[in-house]
Amino acid sequence: MSLLSNTTVLLGKELRTEFRSRELLTTTVVFILMVVVLFSFTFDPTREESRRFGPGLLWLAFLFAASLMLQPGFLREQTNDTLSALRLSVSDSFAIFLSKLCANALFLLITELLMLPIFAVLYNVPLLGVVPQLALVLFLGSLGLSVTGTTLSAISAQARMRELLLPLLLLPLLTPLLIASTEATAALFAEEPVLRWDWLAFLIAFDIIFLTAVWLFGEYLLEE
Amino acid sequence: MTQSEARRIGLCCENIDKRYGGLYALRRVSLEIAPGECVALAGRNGSGKTTLLRIAAQLVRPSAGKLTFSPAQTEPASATKNTGFVAHATMVYDELTAEENLLLFARLLEIPEPAKRAELLLRDVGLFERRDSLVRTFSRGMRQRVAIARALLHEPAVLLLDEPGTGLDPQGVTWLAETLWRLHGAGSTIVMSLHGESEISALATRGIRLDAGAVVADTRTGASLRSILTFANA
Repeated sequence: MSLLSNTTVLLGKELRTEFRSRELLTTTVVFILMVVVLFSFTFDPTREESRRFGPGLLWLAFLFAASLMLQPGFLREQTNDTLSALRLSVSDSFAIFLSKLCANALFLLITELLMLPIFAVLYNVPLLGVVPQLALVLFLGSLGLSVTGTTLSAISAQARMRELLLPLLLLPLLTPLLIASTEATAALFAEEPVLRWDWLAFLIAFDIIFLTAVWLFGEYLLEE
Repeated sequence: MTQSEARRIGLCCENIDKRYGGLYALRRVSLEIAPGECVALAGRNGSGKTTLLRIAAQLVRPSAGKLTFSPAQTEPASATKNTGFVAHATMVYDELTAEENLLLFARLLEIPEPAKRAELLLRDVGLFERRDSLVRTFSRGMRQRVAIARALLHEPAVLLLDEPGTGLDPQGVTWLAETLWRLHGAGSTIVMSLHGESEISALATRGIRLDAGAVVADTRTGASLRSILTFANA
């Protein structure tokens, strides 16, 4: 019960500070927008090419944007040593991690939902018929991105060269997730869209395994 | 047994070492601090005061030795929840208002009627009129007042203070000394690192001097105690 109430209180704090400053959301949305627009200008893909390459481009953009977005999560807590204050206040330190995970996943999903219509227009990919299925893939993919990214953000925040360390650790670790998300999205972009349950099962397993590992060992991530 | 007696917690450090790489921040520190004691830590910069306080708060794990609590049945987790810590950093969010900061930590600490408690403390520290201002707009002294208010939210059984007078004006120091007197009277254990003698150091019933990570003096007697505090930075 304490875990849930602590997480809710901390998630409220994360949302309040972000919606007050809009630093993360603005940066990420602008970054993804630039990638998607620049790629469409330089490549000028046909509708068939968009179906083939669009999912990969989209998930790569989400991945790079996530590495930008996830970096400050725990760094902000070091500015005034607020992480120590949180550790002294919560009943279960997993609540600190869980609130950051929920906030990151939410911000990432908001960014993705803002980008999808722009992507659909620029790349001429009809998405209206597959919105619920696509939302499911985006949710599972973003959750996996956020779990691993938030964990590595906690690790890298205490290291030197932290700005380089997060992407260096994050990108190889997320390769399986990137493949699964891209394949599941590609199947939805096809002429005859289909929800690939095999890739969805992979994404669910990825999310559960990483979340369980963090739940078991997360306490050590927050120690000095 | 009264509520304050039930909340009384003491600390026991047994042969504690703390190494950062090859550097010893603390070296075989053994101390027993009884429940309700008010201890002043003195010593030069880098003598290990902050590290000792952070280990006592269970924020840092010792490299060797162990930290236990008295009475014997006190769980480390329970001790953590009953610890208030004022550090060098303010440990509050610059992007939240003074009131939002106190409400956040009051809710995490599951204090009944958090809004009332936050309001009371904001009035106590003289920041009620500025409760809706973002902490980043505050001066260093005002931030320190918010930091102290945060640490006092749950009237902790153990209060650890790392140079608590930093940035405070004379009125602030007087207020802090009065508050610590009250908490000490209610049975809280207080451990504070200080630089030089002040109104706050007058509270101390015991002085411990650290040098190069080791305890070099530990006294409860008046003259020796004053000497440790007076020459804290010597």
